[in-house]
Amino acid sequence: MTLIDGVNFKPESLSALQKVTLRAVVMSFLFYGLASIEGMIMRVASVVPDIPPVHGEPEHFFSIMTVHPIIGLFGSTYQLVFAAFMFLVPYLTKKPLYSVKLANVVWLLITIGSATAWIAAFIWQYAPLYTLYWPLPADTNQFKTIGGIVFIVGVALIMFGTFGFIYNIYATIFARVGIHKNKTTKELLISGFGIDGMLNLFHKLTGRPPYTKEPALSLPVVAIFRGTVDTFLDAVVILGAGILVLVYLVADGIGSPLDLAAIDALLYKNWFWWGLDLVADGLVLIYVAGSWYLLATIITGQKLFMENVARAALMLELLVSWMVWSHHLLADQGQPEMMKLVSGEMVTAFELLTQGLALFITLVTLWKARPLKPTMELKYLLGGLVGFGLAVPAGIIQADMAMNRVLHNTQWIIGAHVHIAIIVGLYMTLYSVVYVLWPLVTNNATLWSKKLSNAHFWLHLIGGIGMGAFMGMAGLDGMLRRHMYFEGEYQTYMILAGIFGSMILLAWVLFMVNIIMSVGLKGLVGIFLPAKDDTASYGLDPEPGLVKA
Amino acid sequence: MSFSNSLELLSFHWMAYTIYAFIIISVVAWFGYNLTRKEKVKSLVRIPFYGYMAFLVAGGVGHHIFTYNVVPWVSEDITRHEITPDKTYDITIKAHQFYLPKEKMVIECGEKVMFNVVSEDLVYGFGLFRQDHTMVTQMQVNPGSRNDLLWTFNHNGVFNLMSTEYSGPRGNKMFIKDAVEVRGCDTTVAMLEGGIQ
Repeated sequence: MTLIDGVNFKPESLSALQKVTLRAVVMSFLFYGLASIEGMIMRVASVVPDIPPVHGEPEHFFSIMTVHPIIGLFGSTYQLVFAAFMFLVPYLTKKPLYSVKLANVVWLLITIGSATAWIAAFIWQYAPLYTLYWPLPADTNQFKTIGGIVFIVGVALIMFGTFGFIYNIYATIFARVGIHKNKTTKELLISGFGIDGMLNLFHKLTGRPPYTKEPALSLPVVAIFRGTVDTFLDAVVILGAGILVLVYLVADGIGSPLDLAAIDALLYKNWFWWGLDLVADGLVLIYVAGSWYLLATIITGQKLFMENVARAALMLELLVSWMVWSHHLLADQGQPEMMKLVSGEMVTAFELLTQGLALFITLVTLWKARPLKPTMELKYLLGGLVGFGLAVPAGIIQADMAMNRVLHNTQWIIGAHVHIAIIVGLYMTLYSVVYVLWPLVTNNATLWSKKLSNAHFWLHLIGGIGMGAFMGMAGLDGMLRRHMYFEGEYQTYMILAGIFGSMILLAWVLFMVNIIMSVGLKGLVGIFLPAKDDTASYGLDPEPGLVKA
Repeated sequence: MSFSNSLELLSFHWMAYTIYAFIIISVVAWFGYNLTRKEKVKSLVRIPFYGYMAFLVAGGVGHHIFTYNVVPWVSEDITRHEITPDKTYDITIKAHQFYLPKEKMVIECGEKVMFNVVSEDLVYGFGLFRQDHTMVTQMQVNPGSRNDLLWTFNHNGVFNLMSTEYSGPRGNKMFIKDAVEVRGCDTTVAMLEGGIQ
């Protein structure tokens, strides 16, 4: 029976590296489903506030809104990205992963951490939202101290898992074994930051031979290296905020409350957004650009177009991503005007350049290799390009002092920008990665249904764009993103957004059915059983054309 | 070309972004279709790389230059410390309550009004909304720092006040109906109850 046994999936044939990758992927898609259900509850509650489990209570509505990004971004996206990269870095560098045990600790910590934060909101209705604007997370007039402590512990576990991922990635990249046996740390650092690409461009302009013909790290690994710098900084800031909140909550719990005004709310906002924005403008854009480059080279089997420019652009993106946070503070009148102009508007506008460049390079690489087969990975990659093609300009438009005055905190930013960026741009890119990695991590297991794959693709694409578009239109008509409406103020938009949102949820159901039928329930359980083969690398010389970007 | 209120600006924005969205979806769809055709299609236009880069830079930076020149509240906001307002309203927020001036906030057409808002506890928002729920203007209200919004009202209207920032579940009730009235303008757009601003 297919449901029990799958098509031809043999979990006992998998190596330790393959199993740990699949474990995180399974958890990622379970959390994705939870986030989709939460999203739909909020969509429906925007039309019918009394719907269970909200029951017309803002406490419940905002509890869901608080955990929705925790589950969606950390429980699902982080898990999926970390799993893919802890498989890809050994695969691309032809070296073993530094530690499979640590990789297991990573998915366990993120899973337990996400579940813990969810429980804090579910049981104690702790709801400061992911923004954690000071002093709201320490406001014990509205929230129970125990709820806050449990929530912060959950987020801290996620961040510890993140540190584990970072350590594993860098330890693997800097390991001087295999093809990097004779490389120095300096050479790997120069390559990791894309400096060799810049030097190659400079040498070309000055008529000299290239700085290096064979960079130490392939381009996708450079993107992972670079994006992980932002992942680290982001984790430090979020963990720091968590510790601060925890100190205040514990002090309150033992009857010695601290002065909330001792922390400057605007300064905190700057610091927190600097770190949090690294998720969006550093981590996502850089990881995504690297994924596009990898997918384009794998799908076409050819070298990336303008590789040196792409390497240099990743270095530029590093600097840009550190300097753009003020676009979140354009409506804060205490924020210095010069920071709004330089960081909030002008440097932020450079993201149009860096992401536009990545889109250009990817499309031209595909174009030069045509005709291509209409594979699922190609379709999803194109879907991902559409997503960021829509979402990045939507964000840049709002990162403007004129527009921000009338769009800040509206559904425009969370719908037309954030949800289209994540659901369409990021997830369609990740689905493309999933389809590329599927034969590698499952030892060529056959997918149960191509029709379901196609149905998933179209439902996800149309649902994601449609939901984001109607949320965005509601935002243009003044609908706030963090407010519960009871009078049917934006009902038409919310009904339409709900219809498209349900397509996203249905797409996930179809995807899960396809995956479960492919691997079978036995296979699903087998993924979580110990591996007989403790290999921490994959195919040391599979197809050289694929691993050289 | 000039936008005198948010409705005009956002209508223009809606149109421009919708056209852009259809273009970018069509371009990628065209690529997708032709990438998989056996017959190699010729490019419709040849876009030079540096021309494309220049277009992106011009788009990113030009967008701000454009809005600075056609949206009056940007320069007014940046130079608000050098402008003497016609009226100043001091407002306090504490424990999810707005504390407004004793006299109703009635503004004559064209007056420059400074809203000085102080939060005594949490981060809130200060937003004025038309009767059809569209937004007139807003700012964040942080405790411990300056929150001053200078605004010129050019159309009649009666506006509701809401917190535009989440301040916990209790903040959902932060709503004052008809908090601000603007009168004396010649131009009243009758399509909205309470007029347009």
